[in-house]
Amino acid sequence: MKKSSTPVRDPAGKTRAPSGGADRASDAAGPVAPAWRVRTDPTPLLPDERPFRVLGTRAEAAADPALLLRLYAELVRGRRFNTQATALTRQGRLAVYPSSTGQEACEVAAAAVLAERDWLFPSYRDSLAVVARGVDPVEALTLLRGDRHTGYDPYRHRVAPLSTPLATQLPHAVGLAHAARLKGDDVVALALVGDGGTSEGDFHEAMNFAAVWQAPVVFLVQNNGFAISVPLSKQSAAPTLAHKAVGYGMPGRLVDGNDVAAVHTVLTEAVDRARGGGGPTLVEAVTYRVEAHTNADDATRYRDDDEVAAWRAYDPVRLLEGALRGRGLLDDDEVARVARDAEEMAARLRERMNAEPVLDPMDLFGQVYAERTSQLEEQAARLRAELDAAAGAPGQEEAR
Amino acid sequence: MTTLATGPAARAAKPATMAQALQRALRDAMAEDPSVHVLGEDVGTLGGVFRVTDGLAAEFGDDRCTDTPLAEAGILGTAVGMAMYGLRPVVEMQFDAFAYPSFEQLVSHVAKMRNRTGGAMPMPLTVRIPYGGGIGGVEHHSDSSEAYYMATPGLHVVTPATVEDAYGLLRASIASDDPVVFLEPKRLYWSKSPWSPEAPAAVEPVGRAVVRRPGSSATLITYGPSLPVCLEAAEAARAEGWDLEVVDLRSLVPFDDETVVRSVRRTGRAVVVHESTGFGGPGGEIAARVTERCFHHLEAPVLRVAGFDIPYPPPMQERHHLPGVDRVLDAVARLQWEAEN
Repeated sequence: MKKSSTPVRDPAGKTRAPSGGADRASDAAGPVAPAWRVRTDPTPLLPDERPFRVLGTRAEAAADPALLLRLYAELVRGRRFNTQATALTRQGRLAVYPSSTGQEACEVAAAAVLAERDWLFPSYRDSLAVVARGVDPVEALTLLRGDRHTGYDPYRHRVAPLSTPLATQLPHAVGLAHAARLKGDDVVALALVGDGGTSEGDFHEAMNFAAVWQAPVVFLVQNNGFAISVPLSKQSAAPTLAHKAVGYGMPGRLVDGNDVAAVHTVLTEAVDRARGGGGPTLVEAVTYRVEAHTNADDATRYRDDDEVAAWRAYDPVRLLEGALRGRGLLDDDEVARVARDAEEMAARLRERMNAEPVLDPMDLFGQVYAERTSQLEEQAARLRAELDAAAGAPGQEEAR
Repeated sequence: MTTLATGPAARAAKPATMAQALQRALRDAMAEDPSVHVLGEDVGTLGGVFRVTDGLAAEFGDDRCTDTPLAEAGILGTAVGMAMYGLRPVVEMQFDAFAYPSFEQLVSHVAKMRNRTGGAMPMPLTVRIPYGGGIGGVEHHSDSSEAYYMATPGLHVVTPATVEDAYGLLRASIASDDPVVFLEPKRLYWSKSPWSPEAPAAVEPVGRAVVRRPGSSATLITYGPSLPVCLEAAEAARAEGWDLEVVDLRSLVPFDDETVVRSVRRTGRAVVVHESTGFGGPGGEIAARVTERCFHHLEAPVLRVAGFDIPYPPPMQERHHLPGVDRVLDAVARLQWEAEN
């Protein structure tokens, strides 16, 4: 093919010289590629290189003392809630408890940034956020206790049921936020997911729908380092999980997940942005799960004690306590008072969880459909008869 | 018991296709209730690949009839969130096998949300799925997935076989406070029947089976795309001296034991006919239910006529897979053989 020596026009309409054979398409005097452009400038969407921090930085001075003290009390209560719930698993009062010890700053901030009319979409590790949102602790624990799937009315505090399948609650958050906006309601949805959950297809689909619809939703990834035993390095090759946002056309934000003031700041910005019509944000909070995945897990099989010790030293409660003491906002008396309140909360929780729940086996058939099918009617009658036989004639089984 | 319209309105009716009746059902539901939203791939500007959503976006706007990104789990998952906020989403899955990516949303959340929340959070959404073969579709365009949905407590599974039912059952499904998997038999989309959109004939409610053809010597139990096959077989069987009753289930969940049992106890013989696979298919459940309830009335074992237990074949082979009139008649003949031996 003969090389053209005449200048060609590029799609943007600028005249430029032929590229000397490096670009075959422009060598030929054939068709010109139709106009093409980047739809969204990715630069403003990119996360910061380092996680955003407030405590121990110049930004700390500007933080509202009253807010910090409130978050401190919530963190201490949250920590106590985690240790109490973990103890309840050892006593057999909870079937399982996925502790969020070390991640309390994310949990507390997620609940704190939402207005009453907003919605929280938690995953199974987020009972703390659910409690911080105002749900009765016993009701928040029914899933993990094993007596009911969801112990609370989702509409009362606008908290979706704790989701056990990973990332499947994220499209729900998008759909709810979208529906609210269609109805003209000023409602934001905040959805929680872990680092492992970002590998799921539903994570991708939720991000994409949220960005295309510009839904008022905020995604908070609590990157705690492990999906049960699988470390982040085997989970994702992305530069950071926050970078994933850019591909969907939404901003990604990286925040220190142990710095409650920082998480609160970044989430507040994201919620405000969503409320103002600015669309979704993906926030990655870098934190660590210092306890095992659940009481059924042996974390020593997949991570070093040194790593755990380093993260235990960088504790969200002590981080804030140190900052508040440094600014003279907190003294021993206040620390003791907050600890006492948390202890009372734990004692009440312990006492209530020690009571056997009263369960009605007939509830099994109660809420499968709005109306029972004839098939379920038959099965309910059969269970009723079994229960009546067991209650009315002790020893009958042995006699047969 | 048939739902064929016979009143004055029906006399004025013109032939309409099942696709037109479904479109009308969506339109009427959206006009009556502003909380009804249609969403799916290609449902807006294009009007759906089968044109069932034709004109809805133009009439009700993009917010009520929404073209979504191509992502079935996302479509159904966002519909769950919309239902949580008080809307009544009607989701279109473009083809049967395209619905599988949304399966987790369907079984883990749509089917269970009422139960998980002790009744606080019902899921009034409808998932429309064109299903079944016979239209020459390439792979993944002809599956009959009803057994998967039937095996999931919390879902209603509904499938119309007539133009009247297409309208009536879809209206009822959208109005239901429970989630409905609404299976639309693709090869009946263009089947016509006199039907008046201004005065649609009343149909039996969801959960009730209908005797489409009364008979006395055996019962054909069927639904959706196999109903016309069974009606044709029943006509053909008259020459052999068989007077076949044809029961159209209309709803697989809930299952109308009463109508089916009443028929089989009277006729003493039953064949279940469907095009999905036989092994682990709906016919096994139906045959077991009939046997448990009618054992002493049966003159022969309950037989099944189903598709082969193979992945749905390529279009040039599908005629060998789909149960046709001859295969139904063979089964009816076996009922006689079984009775004599």
